[in-house]
Amino acid sequence: MSTSSDRPAGDVATATDPAGGSPAPHGAGRRTSGSDDPDRRRLVRRQRRSRWDLKLSPYLYISPFFLLFALVGLYPLLYTAYLSFFDWNRAYYIRGDFIGLDNYKFVLTDPTFLKSLVNTFSIFLLSSVPQILLALAIAALLDRSLRAATFWRMSVLLPFVVAPTAAVLIFGSLFADQYGLINQFLASIGIDKIAWHVDRLWSHVAIASMVNWRWTGYNALILLAAMQAVPRELYESAALDGAGKIRQFVSVTLPLIRPTMIFVIVTSTIGGLQIFTEPRLFDDTVSREGGPDHQYMTSTLYIYARGIEDQFYGRASAAAWVLFLIIVSIAVLNFVITRYLTRRHTS
Amino acid sequence: MSMQLRAGNAAKGRVSTKRSGDRPGFLVYGLLAAFVIGSALPLYWSFVIGSHTKGQANDFPPPFLPGGHFLENARRVLNTVDFWQAMLNSVIVSTACAVSVVFFSTLAGYAFAKLKFRGSNVLMAFVVMTMAVPTQLAMVPLFILMRDYGLLDTLVAVALPTMVTAFGVFFMRQFLVDAVPDELIEAARMDGCTMIRTFWTVAMPAARPAAAILFLFTFMMVWTDYMWPLVALQKTETLQIALDRLALTGQGQTTDYALVLCGAGMSTIPLLLLFIFAGRQLVSGIMQGAVKG
Repeated sequence: MSTSSDRPAGDVATATDPAGGSPAPHGAGRRTSGSDDPDRRRLVRRQRRSRWDLKLSPYLYISPFFLLFALVGLYPLLYTAYLSFFDWNRAYYIRGDFIGLDNYKFVLTDPTFLKSLVNTFSIFLLSSVPQILLALAIAALLDRSLRAATFWRMSVLLPFVVAPTAAVLIFGSLFADQYGLINQFLASIGIDKIAWHVDRLWSHVAIASMVNWRWTGYNALILLAAMQAVPRELYESAALDGAGKIRQFVSVTLPLIRPTMIFVIVTSTIGGLQIFTEPRLFDDTVSREGGPDHQYMTSTLYIYARGIEDQFYGRASAAAWVLFLIIVSIAVLNFVITRYLTRRHTS
Repeated sequence: MSMQLRAGNAAKGRVSTKRSGDRPGFLVYGLLAAFVIGSALPLYWSFVIGSHTKGQANDFPPPFLPGGHFLENARRVLNTVDFWQAMLNSVIVSTACAVSVVFFSTLAGYAFAKLKFRGSNVLMAFVVMTMAVPTQLAMVPLFILMRDYGLLDTLVAVALPTMVTAFGVFFMRQFLVDAVPDELIEAARMDGCTMIRTFWTVAMPAARPAAAILFLFTFMMVWTDYMWPLVALQKTETLQIALDRLALTGQGQTTDYALVLCGAGMSTIPLLLLFIFAGRQLVSGIMQGAVKG
């Protein structure tokens, strides 16, 4: 791409060089000496090249994205679908027979996969709902005319720079079953220790708290941006009507930031249904498959464990497609609901 | 862009000072401070425990101030995993991806924002759609692909899937629509500039503020990624994989949290520095992306 585009660029550089005096005959004379009408031929060639330049360049500029996406995004997705219909011979690293929907049948009746689906949704709900509510509250606080506004905005973003890997190790020490800070504290005030790594629901709470910790400030800033776009006069007239701060928030702010709310909900849905790092590293057993009894194995972790570790490529691919379809249909559902809500809002 | 943002805030500040009684009171500052301290505590905790001995790490009540064993723990981290090599690998991969994403996104974003061509609307809709597609789930074929081309366990394999992102194209398009006046492009074309030269001299300089933000976010995204390096690498390590191995080593009858949290703290220092120097850009990037998205 660079070689084909460099040539015309260099050509024009000589033609438009202001220090070159009259560049066109100079350049043309050098290249096509001896022909009848060098100026004219050169002009025609340049015009033709310029027309192609105008037509082809946009496609040239967008092609790197589409080519690479085709290679690392689209092709793997389609190949996943293909693999999901075949048996896989693990001993010889070769594709086995076409077995139709058998992989799907296996996966959808595999108790571990079904458990992972429930875990995924449970962790997703425990992380997204409190997270968005807290982010809304923080954004509302940041939306006041604060002193040192930039300082506060930066401060709420601090956890975002901690990688999930480091975050889960830090929280793992806080949630440790024996000597973790939280359990020692609970014991000191006479409450029974919680088996964070064994009890299914509590392990989901622990994992959700790490996710919430990292993303609440980030989402608060997105919501803050939307709140800042709300015309301040609306608050003034609401205040004149006797509405208090909370009333103003409910009947002025919330309706006006709805598109951004839905954006936040959609993105946290897509991310929240693919949680992987936290459940894998929270596990301190050797197998690392989301707890000794898969209490907190998410579906992405299932795909990794069965696909990459155990090399059941067909089954893992079927699981990937099931999860993929779930995520996409939830995204589409979100989109449809958005359309419905906004249409009702405008009419 | 950040200038526009600051100007906008200044204007808002002026309006709100006219409104009497909007100055937030202690309650607002108190709640915010509580949230900020609460979010900073886990990170602080990692440095506190990371600077105490293994035995002290399980004490209750816990130590509240950093101790004097950080260097000792750091040495143990360096003896357990090849920390510097892992960090170098992370720097290489993150930088390569960020440069590539910024360049290709600016190129494509410029085409979508400013050039007229057949199918541009459909193709842009496709780009937006792919943002919602969880391509990471297709890890098995991507793994097979890397294995077949002998790329497993190389940094190329780690970087390849993030050389372009749909978000990058979308982000640059949204920015360039307003940032580059059409007249400037026409003027450059009138002067005889080829398309690529117009892009290089008109769009690239205008794209700089958004490019900086996109660079930061891509860098952070690749730096903090754990799943794909775990799939693509075997002996080679990025920082997150090294941290994973450190955690495995630290596990025993009682986990060696002094070692593990010292490593977690050490691995966070580079991004912490980035946050201190470019936090303002991160904040405005998130807010900008939200408003336009």
